[in-house]
Amino acid sequence: MRVEVHDIHKHYGPVRANDGITLTIEPGRIHGILGENGAGKTTLMKILAGYTRKTSGYLCMDQVPVDYRTPTEASQLGIGMLYQDPLDFPFLSVLENFMIGQAVGLANQKKYYRKKFDSLAADFDFALRPNVQVNRLTIGERQQLEILRLLSLGIQVLILDEPTTGITNVQKDYLFSALKKMTSEGKSIILVSHKLKDVEAVCNQLTVLRRGKVTGEMKAPFDTDILLEMMFGQTPIPFNRCLQESGRTILELDNVSAPGGRSGLSDCNIRIRQGEVVGLAGLEGSGQDVFLRIAAGLLRPAGGSVMLKDKRMNAKDYHCFKHSGVFFQPSSRLEEGLISGCSVTEHFALQSDHKKFVTKWSDATSDAKKKMTEFRIIGRPDSLAESLSGGNQQRLLLSFLPRNPLLLLLENPTRGLDMESSSWVWQHLHKYCSDNTTIVFSSSDLDEIIMAADRVLVFFNGKMIKDTRTCETSSYELGLAIAGKR
Amino acid sequence: MNEIDFTILFASVIAGAAPIVLAALGETITEKAGIINLSLDGSILISAMTAFAVSFETHSLVLGFLAAAAVGAIVAAIVAVFSVYLGQSQVAVGFVLTLTARDLAYFIGNPYSRLQGLQIHPMPISFLKNIPFFGKIFFTHNLPVYFSLILIFVCWWYIYRTPLGLNLRSVGENPRAAYARGINPQKLQIIYAVCGGLMIGLGGATFSLCTKPGWGRPQGAEGTGWIALALVIFGGWHPIKAATGAYFFSFLQVMGIYFQSWLPTVPAQVFQVAPFPLMIFTLLLIYISQKESVLNWAEDKDRIKSILAMFSGRIPTALGKPYQPE
Ligand SMILES: Nc1ncnc2c1ncn2[C@@H]1O[C@H](COP(=O)(O)OP(=O)(O)OP(=O)(O)O)[C@@H](O)[C@H]1O
Ligand SMILES: [Mg+2]
Repeated sequence: MRVEVHDIHKHYGPVRANDGITLTIEPGRIHGILGENGAGKTTLMKILAGYTRKTSGYLCMDQVPVDYRTPTEASQLGIGMLYQDPLDFPFLSVLENFMIGQAVGLANQKKYYRKKFDSLAADFDFALRPNVQVNRLTIGERQQLEILRLLSLGIQVLILDEPTTGITNVQKDYLFSALKKMTSEGKSIILVSHKLKDVEAVCNQLTVLRRGKVTGEMKAPFDTDILLEMMFGQTPIPFNRCLQESGRTILELDNVSAPGGRSGLSDCNIRIRQGEVVGLAGLEGSGQDVFLRIAAGLLRPAGGSVMLKDKRMNAKDYHCFKHSGVFFQPSSRLEEGLISGCSVTEHFALQSDHKKFVTKWSDATSDAKKKMTEFRIIGRPDSLAESLSGGNQQRLLLSFLPRNPLLLLLENPTRGLDMESSSWVWQHLHKYCSDNTTIVFSSSDLDEIIMAADRVLVFFNGKMIKDTRTCETSSYELGLAIAGKR
Repeated sequence: MNEIDFTILFASVIAGAAPIVLAALGETITEKAGIINLSLDGSILISAMTAFAVSFETHSLVLGFLAAAAVGAIVAAIVAVFSVYLGQSQVAVGFVLTLTARDLAYFIGNPYSRLQGLQIHPMPISFLKNIPFFGKIFFTHNLPVYFSLILIFVCWWYIYRTPLGLNLRSVGENPRAAYARGINPQKLQIIYAVCGGLMIGLGGATFSLCTKPGWGRPQGAEGTGWIALALVIFGGWHPIKAATGAYFFSFLQVMGIYFQSWLPTVPAQVFQVAPFPLMIFTLLLIYISQKESVLNWAEDKDRIKSILAMFSGRIPTALGKPYQPE
């Protein structure tokens, strides 16, 4: 189906999220939408999917003007969307998630949908078990589930908003081959991303958005430099880091084992020095999450010893770690890090150093404005946390980091950030290290680890199986280790 | 000390629990859809009064039950509409309604105090009541009691076995996601709050027309609404577990009556009031049993572990957070 978008505007108060966007999606193609954080990509896609109403403009499908107001009407027309933050039911089973919105009436139809689900999953080679609760799946598996569900609704145009953030390379390959299979069946795919590499790998055609407007279009093969300029107005400078080992050991784990996560952690021996940046690689939930939580004092190890600056910390709690200068930032933004329903100013006021009984809101607002310029958060002090674009939520989280921590533990710190923003974030973080702060972070992006870290630890199935300096390895070698082939 | 006739004991437990079962089921359905109807206690009283007054005036038990159900539905609809469409706090509205409904019930019901009204009669099921032991326990009751027994399983089946029940749960779990899948969360929340209200109203009518026949101040139903609310929580939002809790509470009440006859020197009030603190104590035990340290301790004790697992339950994720469309 050929989808035409004509002069779409979407205004949120004074914010022009979309400011006159016109583009055409051809059938049987993968159409990429590129753009920096806050460019208006998600907004445009939500309009296409019927989730948000447009302020003005019109849509055509196969040359017929269409107007729809709800996701249901959109899916009846054949448009379905995979949202940036998974929009599913974590505490229901895979099969139930698959059925909601499809099954109707009183008759128990689990068997019928079970069959349908199994055959679709087999078609795409997705290994999903129907009776597992969705909160036990990885982000990649939740995407797979959602894709199957949309396909079984008979979707002709599939929109994917940032599908490659938070999934592993293996899952990315599965995803891309699924997408190619769908286009070969004549379906159109819209792939939204700020990762040039992913978009270049699969798309036939690209549209670049910037500040709510179309700044360029291109057909494959793509010229990366021109694309970067369309996205950011200039080409961002790549950065690199690999320092000599120095500093004394500040965190020491000896034979630590712990349950938790998908695989737990077993017999882990890790030493981390002062001033170091250490990247943790591995499939999601291979032990790096457990390691970070042990180092933060959120999980107690079942065996072994944890030493922080020569002090045994085994039975200590989170506050004790925090007191010693350890700071942990989890990856799920809206679930653990930010408070939905609170404005940016309120977030800063909550985190403020001088706690008084009465908050002076005028001061808080001007503080918030200052921080927002410092961290380049696009929005207004009274914007609610959930109304910020994905990338800006992440910047807001980063702005809460303390001034002089001993150890920063960051889970996917640049998840959802575009290239320019993430290089900005790392510049900011590396400044901490010159003040002798240590940073340990996990990331699903190997290139990021190689660029930003001095040393990388690879986790596989609950064990740390590789420990190497980033200048002595390559993403190919790390990729093998992640898959367990040392 | 007299001998206990267990068939009579259990039969009275089942009969006495009927109104609480109805109320707890109604509240379970409501909360599964994400709405807290805190007006339960007042709602039960005002529907009990309505049932008694209407049946007294019209000489029709059926009309009494219908009127009570309608009153329960109206109170629930007020809570739901205020929350879903006007964005008001469910807890605040529910709490105010509880007090208002109670006072209103006493005020309007005053002329009907201590009158001899209609009362529903037992309807033993002839071919089933002769089953040894169980026949007497289950099949010698009146219609509302049978209804309450059947409703437990109907609720369970509806919530967990039908696509409509799946939609109901989806709204209580993540209304935004439900909306993206073509479900109208606001409509469903209103519908299920009203359905729950109907059941709560029937529960109230069951009080004044069969469990504790008559109307007065106090009627005898006071406080049970709060117990039903607690049962929903400690029943882990599962209809069968919530109902089981109701039977336990009723058991405590029936035992109170036995103890009264065994220990005539102790003031009767003690045994009337005792079930409430005992129930709260039991719920506290259930709460403690779900603590992480207790669960870890039970990790290798299979029997205890499976018992503890029965008390586990999970709150509907979006409970009490009204959905605001974008
Ligand atoms: N519900 C809303 N209320 C107010 N402003 C909003 C809302 N949704 C989006 N915006 C604003 O619209 C702009 C575009 O946001 P959008 O989410 O479309 O960006 P994006 O291109 O998807 O960015 P990212 O890569 O960070 O996800 C942002 O400045 C954002 O703050
Ligand atoms: Mg986005």
